[in-house]
Amino acid sequence: MPIVSDISFDLTTIWAFIIAFAVLVYVVLDGFDLGIGILFAAERERDDRDVMMNSVAPVWDGNETWLVLGGGGLFAAFPLAYSIALPALYAPLIAMLLALVFRGVAFEFRWKAKTGRWLWDYAFIAGSTLAAFAQGVALGALLQGVEVNEAQRAYAGGWWDWLSPFSIFVGIAVVVGYMLLGATWLVMKTSGPLQERMRTRAWHLGIATVIFIGSVSIWSPMLQDGYFARWFEGWHVLWAVAVAAVVLALAWFLFRALHVHRHDHWPFLSALGLFVVSFIGLGLTMYPYIIPTEITIYEAAAPRASQIFMLVGAGVLIPVILGYTAYAYYVFRGKIDVDTGYH
Amino acid sequence: MLGSFDAVLLARIQFAFTVSFHFLFPAFTIGLASFLAVLNAAWLWTKNRKYLDLFRYWVKIFALAFAMGVVSGIVMSYQFGTNWSVFSDKAGPVIGAPMAYEVLSAFFLEAGFLGIMLFGRDRVGPGLHMAATAMVAFGTFLSAFWILSVNSWMHTPAGFSIDPETQQFVPEDFWQIIFNPSFPYRLAHTVTAAYLTTAFIVGGVGAWHLLRRRRRGEKTSAATKQMFSMAMWMAAIVAPIQIFLGDMHGLNTLEHQPAKVMAMEGHYESHPEGAPLYLFGIPNDEEQRLDYAIGIPKLSSLILKHDLNAPLDGLDTIPDDEQPPVGIVFWSFRIMVALGFAMLGIGLWSLWARWRGGLFTMPWLHRAAVLMAPSGLIAVLAGWITTEVGRQPYTVYGLLRTVDSAAPLDAPAVGASLVAFIVIYFTVFGAGTFYILRLMSRPPADHEPSYKTTVDGPTRAAGITPAPEDPKAGE
Ligand code: HDD
Ligand code: HEM
Ligand code: HEM
Repeated sequence: MPIVSDISFDLTTIWAFIIAFAVLVYVVLDGFDLGIGILFAAERERDDRDVMMNSVAPVWDGNETWLVLGGGGLFAAFPLAYSIALPALYAPLIAMLLALVFRGVAFEFRWKAKTGRWLWDYAFIAGSTLAAFAQGVALGALLQGVEVNEAQRAYAGGWWDWLSPFSIFVGIAVVVGYMLLGATWLVMKTSGPLQERMRTRAWHLGIATVIFIGSVSIWSPMLQDGYFARWFEGWHVLWAVAVAAVVLALAWFLFRALHVHRHDHWPFLSALGLFVVSFIGLGLTMYPYIIPTEITIYEAAAPRASQIFMLVGAGVLIPVILGYTAYAYYVFRGKIDVDTGYH
Repeated sequence: MLGSFDAVLLARIQFAFTVSFHFLFPAFTIGLASFLAVLNAAWLWTKNRKYLDLFRYWVKIFALAFAMGVVSGIVMSYQFGTNWSVFSDKAGPVIGAPMAYEVLSAFFLEAGFLGIMLFGRDRVGPGLHMAATAMVAFGTFLSAFWILSVNSWMHTPAGFSIDPETQQFVPEDFWQIIFNPSFPYRLAHTVTAAYLTTAFIVGGVGAWHLLRRRRRGEKTSAATKQMFSMAMWMAAIVAPIQIFLGDMHGLNTLEHQPAKVMAMEGHYESHPEGAPLYLFGIPNDEEQRLDYAIGIPKLSSLILKHDLNAPLDGLDTIPDDEQPPVGIVFWSFRIMVALGFAMLGIGLWSLWARWRGGLFTMPWLHRAAVLMAPSGLIAVLAGWITTEVGRQPYTVYGLLRTVDSAAPLDAPAVGASLVAFIVIYFTVFGAGTFYILRLMSRPPADHEPSYKTTVDGPTRAAGITPAPEDPKAGE
């Protein structure tokens, strides 16, 4: 008996890792292409916009598929969490989905419109910004806690519960963070004046991102006693110090890569690092809850048979996906400029 | 109580609206992806330029339709949780897995290779580009495979038990879950439907340009003729297969969901000595009868039981609270079947025209083909409405009622999102349809420019010069 429960314990943790991995990959990949959409607002030259959009056109669909895996994986592996979190986050999620509609079709429509192109540029900006903001709001709303009726296995709050100063703040933080990813991506993919402007923007956005990371890290432990204990009580404070040190080191690295060494690739990689560290911090805050602080991953887990059946597929297919995704990025590597684009 | 009922009704309308929009795109792109793979292979094989021209012509339309399919699909994958959370909690352990497989095996495949298919011909070389194109086509098929398996399980649940504590459906045998009794029929009938949908759109566009060129006394390009001919072959071969598959599907439904077939046939009352096939009638749920019925005696028994005198039960044998709404099912089924026979008609007509050597010169055939261009899309929606409304009042047939599946949301929340979906879908997908029609209104050019070049379009002021094209064609 103990052996069996050990195995199922492991499976649940593995699935939590897989879902977290999918969400992380989504955040960094779609993060930079949403960020580019937001930065569109600041770049008004048509050629620049063409280049910016072309730098992600071949890969955005793949990037967004990780969002489907995050949602679909949650549905399959933690159905209870899926069925509590989604109604709880109804308004921000519907807003995100509709925003993604706008910015997704803008990739195609923009080139097909004759007089209405500005409209789709606008849809691209508004859609990207709203999607990023809504994702942050959803994250904030989840972190601050969700009301659950455990007997009925259902969400028990109202449809405005998600709205709070904290969730709005996290929403803005995500917008800024995605802009940083987008700007550093463009430093990597472009050249000339556009690249120079992006270097400057990345510098400002980097400072803002670090401030946001710091504020959210200090604010969220205030929301729940459990979070506070995890980070600040007794020796745990060492963890907090370590994470803060890594964030600052990465920020230092980002600034030097941007302006001192004038690297093309390292700024993007450092920005990714910032996201990965923040994400791990977030995971440590929430674990083992999947719906803070009501439902743990074990309570929400699908039966073992489902977990095993999917694990076979995930174990084989995720590496394959990573392989051909990397290949697609490799095919479209290098700088782009307005005349060549990707022919 | 009334409040929660309203919320459920709104959620149903929202789901039906969004999934109907979503499905219009896959219905077209599943077939189009295969068509593009065939065109590309034909180009590589024969080096006949017309195939490359056609590939480039249709790939632009494909990219638009595909993008709309993706964004409307992402909405669907979240709506199970946002609006049908009780259903998700209960059925998630069973249908979550095939849906996760859909993401892993199909969506990533499509998305990963789409970029290479659209932009990569010169970057990766013809062989890998062909492979990428084939992968996208294969991905669309896998997508249909998994999602239809899920949907079929909701119609004919199998391979599960029910956890007494959580009331969740627990998987016992995934083989039975995936290959549940109605799945093979639904898969075959739906994939075939997608091919027909594409064939009629391609054929309609071809016919339109044949007519226009003829009226102007100009010569039609080889590419235009080629696509019309290919589409008509598809119609002639696949339409009869589709009718056969539909019949098989109906027999399967009779076995597992007799109430749905009763609604499709308008059989309120039982017919112990052979049931008539009603061609027309006005279903009257109040009185439980078909008003103004016109029927052919005993034909329904012949079709469904292969015996003129076989008895058939009617809805009078089904308790009131387990009956689907008859009106919608009855009419949507007739629309689908009528279109199926009309497609068969076009297919046969084209064979006759071919035999007479007049495939490209018979204007009435071309006019009919233009008229039938959207027939696949309409038939596909009509078919789904038959299927899904006929499953009511259940989401998981016989086990979980629709009213018990919905999320605990307030009616105003669902009402607001429904309005937002309606306004935004009509605006965005309306614009997309307009762009698609505009692309279609231009015939494939000799030396059709590549995907990337024309997207910059003839309006481009500086930079890439658009390839020469007929200045009048875009009117
Ligand atoms: C081009 C599209 C198309 C055409 C021409 C037809 N169908 Fe169809 N039909 C579909 C596209 C479709 C569909 C969209 O693929 C459905 C909806 C769900 C499904 O399984 O297939 C469907 C469902 C569906 C069902 C419901 C099955 C169920 O829910 O249990 C039946 C009985 C038929 N069809 C029968 C027919 C017959 C007898 C046809 C011949 C004339 C026909 N269909 C033409
Ligand atoms: C793609 C084409 C589809 C169309 C056009 C379609 C159409 C519809 C319609 C009209 C309804 C409303 C029925 C009613 O309330 O009377 C409905 C409900 C529903 N369908 Fe489908 N459907 C499609 C595919 C699917 C698939 C693939 C699934 C599952 C994976 C699915 C799952 C559901 C669910 C969960 C509901 C909500 C419950 C309900 O109202 O019955 N549908 N659909
Ligand atoms: C309620 C049911 C459905 C859900 C939840 C759903 C979900 C999705 C999602 C999330 C995507 C986007 C994938 C991406 O990011 O690349 C998508 C696209 C797609 N779906 Fe659906 N889908 C449903 C019904 C269907 C049905 C009934 C079919 C076919 C029979 C289908 C076939 C496809 C295909 C082929 C695509 C690729 C895009 C396209 O061709 O337009 N889906 N779907």
